[in-house]
Parts: sequence; structure tokens; C-alpha cells
Amino acid sequence: MDINVLTIDFARDLVARKQTTATALTESFYKKIKAEDPQVGAYLTVSKERAFKQASKIDRMADAGEELPPLGGVPVAIKDVMMTRGIRTTAGSKILDEFIAPYDATAVTKMEEAGAIILGKLNCDEFAMGSSNENSGFFPVKNPRDLTRVPGGSSGGAAAAVAAGTAVCTLGSDTGGSIRQPAAFCGVVGLMPTYGRVSRYGLIAFASSLDHIGPMTKSVKDAAIVLKTIAGRDARDATSADVPVPDYVAEIGRDLKGLRIGVPAEYFGEGLDDDVRASVEKTLEMLKQAGCELAPISLPNTKYAIPTYYIVATAEASSNLARFDGVRYGCRDKEAQTLSEIYRRSRDKGFGPEVKRRIMLGTYALSSGYYDAYYLKAQKVRTLLVREFEEAFTKVDAIVTPTTPTAAFKLGEKADDPLAMYLNDIFTVTADLVGIPGISVPCGVTRENLPIGLQVLGKHFDEGTILRIAHVVEHACMPVLTTQMQKA
Amino acid sequence: MKVTDKDVSYVADLANLELTEAERGRMQTDLNSILGYIDMLNELDTSNVEPLTQISAIYAPSGAEAKSGSEQFAYALRPDVVQPSLSREDVLRNAPETDGILFKVPKVIEK
Repeated sequence: MDINVLTIDFARDLVARKQTTATALTESFYKKIKAEDPQVGAYLTVSKERAFKQASKIDRMADAGEELPPLGGVPVAIKDVMMTRGIRTTAGSKILDEFIAPYDATAVTKMEEAGAIILGKLNCDEFAMGSSNENSGFFPVKNPRDLTRVPGGSSGGAAAAVAAGTAVCTLGSDTGGSIRQPAAFCGVVGLMPTYGRVSRYGLIAFASSLDHIGPMTKSVKDAAIVLKTIAGRDARDATSADVPVPDYVAEIGRDLKGLRIGVPAEYFGEGLDDDVRASVEKTLEMLKQAGCELAPISLPNTKYAIPTYYIVATAEASSNLARFDGVRYGCRDKEAQTLSEIYRRSRDKGFGPEVKRRIMLGTYALSSGYYDAYYLKAQKVRTLLVREFEEAFTKVDAIVTPTTPTAAFKLGEKADDPLAMYLNDIFTVTADLVGIPGISVPCGVTRENLPIGLQVLGKHFDEGTILRIAHVVEHACMPVLTTQMQKA
Repeated sequence: MKVTDKDVSYVADLANLELTEAERGRMQTDLNSILGYIDMLNELDTSNVEPLTQISAIYAPSGAEAKSGSEQFAYALRPDVVQPSLSREDVLRNAPETDGILFKVPKVIEK
């Protein structure tokens, strides 16, 4: 059997109908990881003991004829920014090289309770700071569609594992586009839920007002299943929302007749690659044929999102990362004599260049004399961005844009220019700042056969609508994608 | 250049980073380039705009929006009841140096 094609329902059914066992399936994935992952570099750690323990539990259920839970026997993997009890958890940073998580993130607990088998932990940019995975403290991830290119970031390992078929689905995290951008680059589905929809408990904090956990999958239906599994209020995260969680799988069956889709001019301007534009415009035309009404809209503050983000996110990061001081956890510089030296030298040795850059930028923006000019200013512009989207959503049900201005770029291409790297997130950061959900779904390929992602943004807590739209896009574009991929 | 070499040293000190000579030079260049881009925010008049710190305030249960300050977040409060937490063993397991009960650091108070 080709495990590359396994979706959640497919894998679960095989185990439930005893055509394979969860244990055998887990073994096949580890065999594939061992053989193929060294070229891609998606995995940092495999968690065999825990995986096989869970697999035998599922096999006992199947043997007893019990109904399997929604992810029963499905091999998954977790971005290494989420805590997994008893398993090395690094956040892609040398400072946590030997850190063993003492508890599970709520999202991880929920995945396992739903029957998922956790194969291991996935590579990412250090502390989720990056758009290419080249900022991993260990080794860069390569794009399985073209090994000379980046998989995107910061959830590059989570996207690459799905694209390479070394996990059925994965959990990623998104602070400025870190689920959707790598999903677009690797040709998979990536969903960032509404802020507060999924508990952040056990997610190693980067920017607390912007951090989200979400699924990366092969299909929109899989994203719906995983979101249903991990969503909901959690007493351990005071910002998690007490809002009912609908049955997303039922939502995606509904047709799109009468839906109003906003098409913002600012996302189709200068700098958008010709192939990306053509592919997204073609898909918009198809959505019109599916019964949607397309409405041109304007989001004039779009260009202010990146500068706002790089103040808010770095300010929060500088505070969150103060905890890495070489005292309670993480590496400690052996030569340091005084407490002050322990702090400084442990941080100097443990953090990579991009993390230091962001800590410095955030500390500067919060420092006396600059707080009003930068941090407060950015928070006010954030209010303007929220208002702009609230206004847009009085006229439309969802907004469709390209996920990224270009397809995956070459490894090393932007590594030396932080600003050029930041601009890659231009279409994704706003949703994080505004707290609305967004999904990236493959809608075509470039002339070089690189995947193109289409982004659907929705109202707060209306993941159902964006999943519905993405599902129709997926089914309309699938035949084209399959033929073009096969030609390559 | 907005950010001077002195600023870099001052901010590094605040952030508990040491930075080598080479790192400081590169940091100065990068910070100036990024802050130059961020200056674009000054094009916007925000004199009558409230700052946004937490998006959760938007979806606070009905009635909460009428409240101000931390009262908006009353929905996030829980009764002050003791609940299970991590064991001492679990907490200390990742520490670079402990005596089995406490985290150990060099002496901080001089005689």
C-alpha cells in the first residue's frame, strides 16, 4: 500500500476494518521517515515508545470491535513548539537542545485522546521566527516538491512532512503566516483558526496576542476533522474562547450559492508573480460559477500590516523569551561565573541570529523614549486594521487572496536580507493581527511546477465558511493539480 | 542612522544579550533597515485611536464590552481554588543545576 495517499478517514478505516493494524501502519511510517526524511529534514525527534504504546491501544480497540475515535490509528506529527510530555521539545533552538517537556500541550492531549499516533516532533524556524525554515537551530528543511527550495516557515517541517507523506497530518503554529505560507509553498492545506479557538496551553510562546495552533493536512476535510478535535475552551488558556464548536465536516458539504466573496485590490498589485495571479484569478472565476458573488473591495491599510507586526510580535517576543536564562531550563554556559554572566552567555550561545535580532528590535520598541513612537503606535494601527476588516465583513462573507506573492524561493535566496524575508508574509500577517481565521489551499502550479496557494479569510469564529469555500476550490483544482504534478 | 552603536549596546544590556563586536555591527545595520521601513506607520493619523492589546476583547461575552480595563476580561477568571500542578521532580528535571529541592545559581549577594 502507498502510504503517501492516506488521509485521516482512509487511515482510520484501514485500521477499523482490520486491513492493517495501527502498529503496522506506524512501522510503515517510521520506515518511510528513516528512508526519506534525511533528504527533507522535517523531523527533529521521533517518539517511537509513545507512538507504539498508543498504536497498541488503538489495535486493542479495533480487536474488540469498538468504534474508533475520529483520528483512531492515524499517524501524525507535531511542530516542535508544542510540549509533548517525556519527549524532547526544542522550539528549533539550541537553547532547548536537551529539553524534555514535563507536560502536554492541550492540542496534543486532544489529538491523542482522539486516537492519533504521535510519530515525532517537526523542525521549524527557531522559536517559530522565520519564513523559510533556514533559521532552524539544527538544520534547514527542504521543500519536498523541489529540494533546492525552501518549504516556507516557520512550520516548514509540518508542511514538508505532509507533502512528503511522512505523516498523515500535522499540527503547526501561525503567528504571522507560519501555517499558511509553508502550506502554500509545499502544496498542502494549512488552517489558522480564529484567535482563541484553539488553546495555546503548552505552545512555547513567541507573541502571545498573535500565536495560533492549527492543522496542516492533505485535504480540506482533514483540516475540518483536526480543527473539530483541537478546538474549544480550555481553562488552562484564559484567552481561549467559550464559543460553541460546530461540526466542520458537515459544513464543508454545503454549496456556495449566494456567498459574497471579497477580492481586495491591494492583494493583487505590484510584486505579485504572474503565475500566482493567473492561477488565483482563474480560481475566482470558478468560484463565481459555483454560485458565489465576487465583490471588489479595498483594504487600504494592508501595507501597514508588516511594520505593525514587526513591532507587536517582537515586543511580545522580547518579553516571552526573557524566561530563557539558563537557570530553570535550557542550556547554561559552563564558564559563566556570576548570575549575570549565566544569563548573558547562555542566551548568547543558545539563541541564533534571527532570534537575537527580534529580541533586540522588540526591546528597543519597548524601551523608555521609544515606547510611544513604536509599540503604542503599532497597537493603534492594529485597531485600524481590525476596523478595516470589520467594515469589509459587513459587505462580504469571506475574502479570497493569494497566500503568498510568489511560489517557494530558493534556499539561501533571502537568507541575508531580513527585510526581504519579512515581506514574504505580506498577505498572511494581517489575519494574525486581526485575529480572524485563514486557510491556504492549493489552487495550481507555476510554470516551474511549484505549488500555488489560495488564501480564504473569514469572520471571527466562522471557520465553517472558509472551509466550505476551500473545499470547493480543492475539488475544482484537484484534476488540474494531479495532471500537472504527474507530468513533472 | 537612527540606531547608534551606543543604542545597540544599551538595548543588548536591557535584553541580557552580550553580542560580539561583529554581531553588534550587523545588528545596527539590520535594526536601522527594519526601523526605516517601520517608520511608514507615521503616515497614519492615530491621534483618536485606542490601542489594541488583546483580540479577545472583541469577542468577550455580551455585556463585557460595556466594561473597561481588566473588567472586560472577567469571563477569563476562575475561582481561586488549589489545583494539581507539576511535581517538583518534573519541574527540576530540566534545570542545569539543582540541589534536588531548589534551582542553584552562583551567589548573588556580596558581603
